Amino acid sequence: MSLQVNDLRVYYRTLAGDVKALDGVTFEIADGEIMGLAGESGCGKTTLGNSLVRLDGRMKLVGGTVTLDGVSLPIADFDEMRHFRYRDISIIPQYAMSALNPTRKIGKMIGELVESRDVRYREIRPELERRLSLVGLGVDVLERYPIELSGGMKQRMVMVVSTLLDPSLLIADEITSALDVSSQKAVAQALQSFRDHKFVRSMIVVTHDVSILYQIADTLAVMYAGRLAEKAATDVMMERARHPYTRLLIASLPEVGVRYDETRLSGIPGTPPSLLNPPTGCRFRDRCPLAIEKCAEEPPFVEVEPGHSVACWRSAEVAAAGDAMTVGAVSAVGDAAIATVANRTVA
Amino acid sequence: MTGGAIVASTESVGRRREILYFALRGKKVLISSSILIFFAVIAVVGPLIRPGDPNAFVGPLAAPPDGQYWFGTTTFGQDVFAQFASGLRATFTAGLLGGSIAALIGMVVGFVAGYRGGAIDEILSMFTNIILVIPTLALLIVITAYLSARGIFVEALFIGLTSWPWAARAIRAQTFSLASRDFVDLARISGVRSVRVIFSEIAPNMSSYLFLTFILLFGGAILIAASLDFIGLGPTEGTSLGLMMYNAVAWSALPLGMWWWFIPPGIGITAIVGALYVLNVGLDEIFNPRLRES
Amino acid sequence: MRRYFGRKLFIYILTFIVAATIDWLIPRLMPGNPVQALLSRSHVTPEALPALQAYYNNLFGLDQSFLQQYLNFWGSLLHGDLGRSVYLSGSPVTKVIMGALPYTLGLLIPAILLSWWVGNKFGAIAARRKWLDNAFLPLGYILTATPYMWLGIVIAWVLGTVFLILPISGGYSYAMEPSLTLAFIGSLASHWVMPFLSLFLVMFGGWAIGMRNMIIYELDADYSNYLTSLGAPSSLVRRYAYRNALLPQVTGLALQLGVIVAGALVTEIVFAYPGIGKLLLAAVQNQDYFLLQGIFLFVIVGVLIANFLVDIAYVFVDPRTRVGMRGGTA
Repeated sequence: MSLQVNDLRVYYRTLAGDVKALDGVTFEIADGEIMGLAGESGCGKTTLGNSLVRLDGRMKLVGGTVTLDGVSLPIADFDEMRHFRYRDISIIPQYAMSALNPTRKIGKMIGELVESRDVRYREIRPELERRLSLVGLGVDVLERYPIELSGGMKQRMVMVVSTLLDPSLLIADEITSALDVSSQKAVAQALQSFRDHKFVRSMIVVTHDVSILYQIADTLAVMYAGRLAEKAATDVMMERARHPYTRLLIASLPEVGVRYDETRLSGIPGTPPSLLNPPTGCRFRDRCPLAIEKCAEEPPFVEVEPGHSVACWRSAEVAAAGDAMTVGAVSAVGDAAIATVANRTVA
Repeated sequence: MTGGAIVASTESVGRRREILYFALRGKKVLISSSILIFFAVIAVVGPLIRPGDPNAFVGPLAAPPDGQYWFGTTTFGQDVFAQFASGLRATFTAGLLGGSIAALIGMVVGFVAGYRGGAIDEILSMFTNIILVIPTLALLIVITAYLSARGIFVEALFIGLTSWPWAARAIRAQTFSLASRDFVDLARISGVRSVRVIFSEIAPNMSSYLFLTFILLFGGAILIAASLDFIGLGPTEGTSLGLMMYNAVAWSALPLGMWWWFIPPGIGITAIVGALYVLNVGLDEIFNPRLRES
Repeated sequence: MRRYFGRKLFIYILTFIVAATIDWLIPRLMPGNPVQALLSRSHVTPEALPALQAYYNNLFGLDQSFLQQYLNFWGSLLHGDLGRSVYLSGSPVTKVIMGALPYTLGLLIPAILLSWWVGNKFGAIAARRKWLDNAFLPLGYILTATPYMWLGIVIAWVLGTVFLILPISGGYSYAMEPSLTLAFIGSLASHWVMPFLSLFLVMFGGWAIGMRNMIIYELDADYSNYLTSLGAPSSLVRRYAYRNALLPQVTGLALQLGVIVAGALVTEIVFAYPGIGKLLLAAVQNQDYFLLQGIFLFVIVGVLIANFLVDIAYVFVDPRTRVGMRGGTA
């Protein structure tokens, strides 16, 4: 499977004007690749995930193309997209906990769903049962109502349902947000096994929790204010990120087993810009410690090395800064200090 | 200022402006308000144009509408328009008073049950459910049948005393969900007394919901009053729209085809209650942006 | 499940006790002697007065203690004795009401069932088709805002007086005697149409609007969006939305019962239909308190039974209630 997204623009219609949720996003996904899509709330990652599957009434496609396995996806055409949904592209929604019809037995609902997609329930039932055991659910779950399942069980159920017809591309939208840490690990591992078993060929895992992506994603894409900031292989991102925002994002993660003596856990001060009337130029300008005059002109999303693209004028300097885990390194390059770094003691 | 008040006030300035913006543009709100104002004007101005006792025998018997008697006369030569205008007053009064009393009781019961929970909630809920199941009209019939003299206020009072249960249930449910919010917890922890918490934290955040509930109670009270009057248990003095219909049917206006006697009062009630329902929907859309059709 | 129904039954019985007590209490709370009030307004000759007074005093049991009166009341109630009607010259109230009951039920039951069914279907269709929705919505609000008796009056006037299609009063032609002939049944039917239509239309408006709103809400629910995202056809989504939207409509039916019964009563008055409504009017006009109280108790019992039936129906319609009862697994 291959996915090419080219300069995708999707805006939300509101009474106050158009919210430019997705404002020119370009990337590719190869066969078997799990791409993590991270960013703050409101950066557009959920919009990106959803627009590939279902553009609801408030969203409108303003520009750009999406090509899946060489076929152009008619995402603006609701009825045309029906042909592609579930079989070629599928989604595990953000609201997975309430995605199952509360008044229908789960098995019955699945049966009616697949039959409506021209698949005989009887034929697919053995495969369904196999996958249920793969995620740790008993077959009896098919005879239950959603209300009888715990949150984690419902999450896993939805994962099985969404991948039942072996879609080429799966979009997993914030599937670990509502879970406790051990469930998160279980879900993340389940996702990986789906890909390894070839139930799903490629995935886009949307989350604001970078640490999960570190475990399962092959590549990481970071979005900011409706645009892509950087995309690269996961280990490259974690060690040699070239966008100041990416560096700060990763640096704000606490490290297990590390005790900070005088370092404050740093966040990134400020808030993302309003997408109703976004500023011109680089949208991270106002919060970026490295901002210069040139940043008033929007930096293009360019490939700086094979498989690694960044949208920043100063990406070369950021690369030279070295250790990505220290905030101090980033701010040393820039003008304003963000946090003080004294010592680091390893426990 | 308490947490909820701070939350409310910083949001409220922008919200109020937003609400006003939509209120003045919402078709439903505009049309229904116009209808209500129209009838209110008739209620106020009508008796001034046609002064005197609306039940007085002034004109020709059973005359159809003409230049002098806009709505014709009854079998006894009473001015139907004068009765209509006076009846509108009675209807509005009964609705407002009955609706207000029901709203008050509903709020007290709903807030206390929703906020306190526990045993108090159980008792109040059981009490509410019992009164809820008993058909209001039947209860009112039994009560008012024994009153020798009946006035608008007494009628409205009893309507208010019997139609509050559904409002109490709705308010209780809303209070439940609000009571679990953080700013209420904050107030509770700070040791603010329950009554104050209800008044300063919960009620202001429900104000739109309370207003909508009141509108529905207002409409409901009008319908109940009309039914009571129609059975002959209305006020013994004066007139009301329901009473007009009672008299019309009792004095064979139907087979005699005296449409001017029974059509106007019905139109009045239907228009006012209908306008209230539509106003309720229109305001709901404004208060809850999710319902707005873009 | 036994606990659920047991609890419901308990509340209904409690409600009946409260209602009956209110019923018994009110005349005794009003100023003055109820017997005096009764007799002073009825047209009895002065000679008969002392005898009647003694009779009613005895009947009311006013010479006994409050508690004793209350117990007597319950005693006769449980024997089905609701007293005797003054206006109908002494016939037992129970018998009188039973005679009128079939007419009222004959109006109510078909009207409720049909309006609920048709109204829901119509509301669902309106939610789907914008043109129908725009045309129907104002009409729906007008219908549900219309007082029952006024719609009855309008229908009676239009179809009865202006167009002379249907008879506007009585349960059957005054010229006939009840018999199992085709002519009589035809007369019954023609007299039944307008009051039924009147009840049906007002209720229909309410259900249709309610269903329309519920469907719009359900079509935007998470499970609907999920199915659509997986490419389910809109027919499947609509089917699920409809079934889920029906649930609050069932509950709504239980809540509306009191209003619906009241509506039926006033509609009967308009058409002089020989049901409980007409009886009620007569009772009020003649100050026949026994009859009045008897009607009240009948109505209460009827509404409680209907509520209970709706509760049973709800358990069948919403599978989650059955799950909650047998205890879900975590």
